[in-house]
Amino acid sequence: MTDQQIPEDIETPPPLPKLSALMRPHRLAIMAVALGLLILMIVKMQWDWLPDYAGMLLAGLWITIVLLVSSTILGFLLAVPLGLVQVTGPKILAWPARIFCTIIRGTPLLLQLWLLYYGLGSLFPGIPEIRQSFLWPYLREAWPYGLLALTLSYAGYEGEVMRGAFAGVPHGELEAARAYGMGRWKVLTRIWLPRAVHRALPTLAGETVVQLKSTPLVATITVIDLYAVVGDIRQSTYLTYEPLLFLAFLYLCLTGILVTTFRHFEKKIPTRGM
Amino acid sequence: MNWELLALSPPGWGGALLRGLVTSLQVAAGGFALGQVIGILGSAGKLYGGPVIRDLMEIYTTVVRAIPELVLIVLLYYAGTAALNNLMGAVGFSSVDISGMLAGILVIGLVQGAYSTEVLRGAILAIPPGQIEAARAYGMPPAMVMRRITLPAMLPHAIPGLANLWLVTTKDTALLAVVGFTELTLATRQAAGVTHEYFLFFSAAGVLYLAVTLVSNVALQFLERRASRGMARQRT
Repeated sequence: MTDQQIPEDIETPPPLPKLSALMRPHRLAIMAVALGLLILMIVKMQWDWLPDYAGMLLAGLWITIVLLVSSTILGFLLAVPLGLVQVTGPKILAWPARIFCTIIRGTPLLLQLWLLYYGLGSLFPGIPEIRQSFLWPYLREAWPYGLLALTLSYAGYEGEVMRGAFAGVPHGELEAARAYGMGRWKVLTRIWLPRAVHRALPTLAGETVVQLKSTPLVATITVIDLYAVVGDIRQSTYLTYEPLLFLAFLYLCLTGILVTTFRHFEKKIPTRGM
Repeated sequence: MNWELLALSPPGWGGALLRGLVTSLQVAAGGFALGQVIGILGSAGKLYGGPVIRDLMEIYTTVVRAIPELVLIVLLYYAGTAALNNLMGAVGFSSVDISGMLAGILVIGLVQGAYSTEVLRGAILAIPPGQIEAARAYGMPPAMVMRRITLPAMLPHAIPGLANLWLVTTKDTALLAVVGFTELTLATRQAAGVTHEYFLFFSAAGVLYLAVTLVSNVALQFLERRASRGMARQRT
């Protein structure tokens, strides 16, 4: 749409962190201690299992990333109508949306996962229509329940955020769009939604990091994600600290990548006239 | 559905669920309180500490907030208690037996402390500087400024964030089910596993968690109104 028309030079590149900020004596000392701890960990702890399990770790990492990306996208697609009906919808739609958000936000994700996987999963075999449908082979696996729970959870939290974002768009902008003769749909897709998403983007970024940190819960319903792979490694190597520390390090990296990506996104989104 | 399974006396599992709920709430309250203590110290360190303390606090909050709670809980629950016992052994004390409840409180408290540090730091920054200058002009020593001015004045700014943290804490206790600590979620799973009524029991636990959230919401709204008495309303 309008993205291409914005000249490239409107955004100044972010200043690089100054090297002198890292060179202060106490920071050098902290870095030296951290480096020392790291070397101590590498020398003193056992890491010889790492090459053997690299393939498994990569597979788990892939599952984690796929779950994160798909549940975030699906959850966002669900959150937009959830937020919108709470702002403008008729009461008969707004109330169920509000109740949905309250339930999702009021109960632990672990419980939602177990309710879906064990609870719904134990109801399905008793229903012949479901047993004969094409969905049945998938419903016997764990990942659809994990994906569903993560999606609903993201939609519940993000629905509240989008409600606030939709409500916060200045009314005059919508009136102006109507005055230009835009239809309801066009007002929504051209004015309201972009404005709301722009407002919601920082919260969206935070919520996505939370979502990344929720994915290991699917391991408790036997989805083989990164966390579950590390659990397997712990069992087969009889190690306690090393795999978990490595796992924490991997999640730190993933969070870092995610935060950087969203910062980049926020810069890219047009802010003209705001 | 067989509703009699939710009865309070032994053929039903209602009593077990309620005991789990009480355990969950105890851990949540303990962890939240510990988190607040860490949060107050952490935010004071971040705002008024020297460069070393500030950087160390930054590392603490960044690392804790970037790693999944589940991983932290498993890491601290197993590795943390083992490390503590090793330490006690090295110093010469006999190894202590850390109860699951205490370990849970410590773990949840450490996690919440990082979040609470950030909330309180923002709230303290939101206090108009003139109030603190006025207190100094009256000759109050720093500790008294903290107790009489800073902490009460930041409360209205902090309560919405802290309310959120409390709700997160009550739900984070469910993660202790993964390390085998019998709180509401694990008690529910045990009940469901024995009776094979998974849907019934998990829904019941969901209702209990929801009730905690709704009751907390009412209490927190009351607190928020009380703390912001005499303050100009900032938003509609």
